[in-house]
Amino acid sequence: MVPPDTATIPARPAATDNIVEIRDVHYAVGNRAIFSGLNLSIPRGRITAVMGPSGTGKTTLLRLITGQIKPDRGQILFDGQDVSSLKRSELYELRLRMGMLFQNGALLTDLNVFENVAFPLREHTKLPDSLIRHIVLTKLQAVGLRGAAELTPPELSGGMARRVALARAMATDPELLIYDEPFAGLDPISMGMIVRLVRQMNNALGITSIVVSHDVEELAILADTSYLLAGGKVAAAGSFAELKKNDSQIVNQFMNGLADGPVAFHYSPAPDYFSQLLADEP
Amino acid sequence: MRSTRTTEMSTGLFALLGFAALFFLVTQITNRELSVNGKSYEVEARFENIGSLKQGAAVSMAGVTIGRVQSIVFDQSVYKAVVRMKINAAYDRIPTDSDASIMTAGLLGGQYVGITAGGGEEYLKNGDRIEFVQDALVLENLINQLAAGFGNKGSEASKAESDGPESDKPKE
Amino acid sequence: MSIFRELADNFRDFLIAVGKVTLFLLRMLAQVPRALLRPRLIVEQVYNTGALSLVIIMICGLFIGAVFGLQGYEVLQRFGAEESLGVGAALGLLKELGPVVTALLFAGRAGTALASEIGLMRATDQLSAMEMMAVDPVLRVAVPRFLGGLIALPLLAMIFIAIALYGVQLVAVQQLGVDAAAFWSQMRAAVGVDDVTDGLIKGCVYGVACSLIAVYEGYTAIPTAEGVGRATTRTVVISAVMVLILNYMLTVVMLR
Repeated sequence: MVPPDTATIPARPAATDNIVEIRDVHYAVGNRAIFSGLNLSIPRGRITAVMGPSGTGKTTLLRLITGQIKPDRGQILFDGQDVSSLKRSELYELRLRMGMLFQNGALLTDLNVFENVAFPLREHTKLPDSLIRHIVLTKLQAVGLRGAAELTPPELSGGMARRVALARAMATDPELLIYDEPFAGLDPISMGMIVRLVRQMNNALGITSIVVSHDVEELAILADTSYLLAGGKVAAAGSFAELKKNDSQIVNQFMNGLADGPVAFHYSPAPDYFSQLLADEP
Repeated sequence: MRSTRTTEMSTGLFALLGFAALFFLVTQITNRELSVNGKSYEVEARFENIGSLKQGAAVSMAGVTIGRVQSIVFDQSVYKAVVRMKINAAYDRIPTDSDASIMTAGLLGGQYVGITAGGGEEYLKNGDRIEFVQDALVLENLINQLAAGFGNKGSEASKAESDGPESDKPKE
Repeated sequence: MSIFRELADNFRDFLIAVGKVTLFLLRMLAQVPRALLRPRLIVEQVYNTGALSLVIIMICGLFIGAVFGLQGYEVLQRFGAEESLGVGAALGLLKELGPVVTALLFAGRAGTALASEIGLMRATDQLSAMEMMAVDPVLRVAVPRFLGGLIALPLLAMIFIAIALYGVQLVAVQQLGVDAAAFWSQMRAAVGVDDVTDGLIKGCVYGVACSLIAVYEGYTAIPTAEGVGRATTRTVVISAVMVLILNYMLTVVMLR
């Protein structure tokens, strides 16, 4: 992996406070508890990585932050406001200050690239067409897809779709950008583009970024702070170097990609191997 | 947006077709007068049996519909069905001695009220009653009448037979 | 006892489902005033559900009319009443066949298109993305499609009936030799404007029902490939059953 060209990216100011605070959050689906006492802080202006094995609820966390679901217990604060206590209209106001990049881009299939990026502007602002055009072209330029403005989503590759989605998430100049598995399924070149863009957006625009992923290598380059979720709680937090040195078993297994450990290789419960082989029936 | 021009045109065409169809249906296939439009006056007639006459049935003279049956109620004081009819005001020269009978349209059709003009010089006005009526034909009564008729003829014939040869044997 | 438990559970599930659909309908209705401010979206949906269904409606209408003419003639001529064919065809099509068959065809063509389109948007996170961008997907996606369908169906029904009558006439008058004048005059004498409005009302009611079911199934589809497929199937099945039940109820009311 070639590290991004940091010379052209402006330095960022020192971190001041936390834009998002998760305090003692509990959330369960049916009988399964996804979070039991989760505590997280997302520092303003930085890139925070949220990692964890599959199924630990990383996407659920994002939906809690954006207010799409409410926690059973606990508080989720965005810039001091409790997200779960807001009415729908207030929630929509809040969401204008956040941008989210979905796993597969989630572009609207009946609009072309230009219209997709313009969508939030058309829906929420009464800006004249000429101004919208300026903004859209600027955002597309930032992600390198100004030439693709006339294409439709089915014509885009995975990496391109994701970049368009990033341009769209940026259209209303949000304070917080959330990336849900931005690297999943990309070739190394596209991955490099996304990595560079994440860092660029964060520094140049002074915004906060949360990157949910399990691509440890990419996050190693990007993340200022990291959280590792396991078992419904934060298993480890801190800088990447600290996480690598962490001696908790689950952290070690995740960070080093070990096949066996707290997350077992063999699916249990299973009957005794030899008895099952030698028996007449399965 | 993509190709909104064709979309909008096609939708317009579609809507036009729809309304054209509606227009066609309303104008080309309907001509039945639902109720008496315009001015009308009411007359009533009392029947002992209205058969299967229904509200909204036609009232006609000489086969032409001149009005509709407005309401049918049973009067307990006289044990008759009171049929109120609304007649188009244009037909204001129906003699008061006309008679109203309940007829059947075709072989299997619905029943309607047929008015046959009388000869009088006074005409029906609003609220008048048609005195001469003919009830609906009830199949059972018809059969009974026929059966009774045959029965009478039969006994008459046999009486004539038994009477015949002895008819000139009075003095004994 | 377990049978009763099952029945009770099924009934309770049924109640829950009815409740959810009703709440969804109310949510959509609340957004209708705002949705009317974007007529372009609605027009696009009238096109998708109506204009694109024209071909199937017209073809089916023609053939239903033709078979009506054929079969009706065969039956009526046993009583020497061929000239009443027009009456029977017009009334039968206007009041029953027209709205019902159109609704069933609509459910099959437009209803499935709506359900699968919205279901796919659900499965590819497009609806969630809209919510994230503070756009109410009900307002932007569901309501225009619902309005489009409920405008389109009555229009399609009228077109169906008109074309079907042409089909009847084609077979009966031009092919089988029923007297044209008698055909039309008897029809005109027996059919009133109220019969046409009966058919129109039925078309509107079925429009509401079919569009609601299609949009609801798509919107609440499980966001997987099978979920979308199942939503599409359910749309057709539930629409068909609802249309036929509503047809009976409406006919009872209209015959009073």
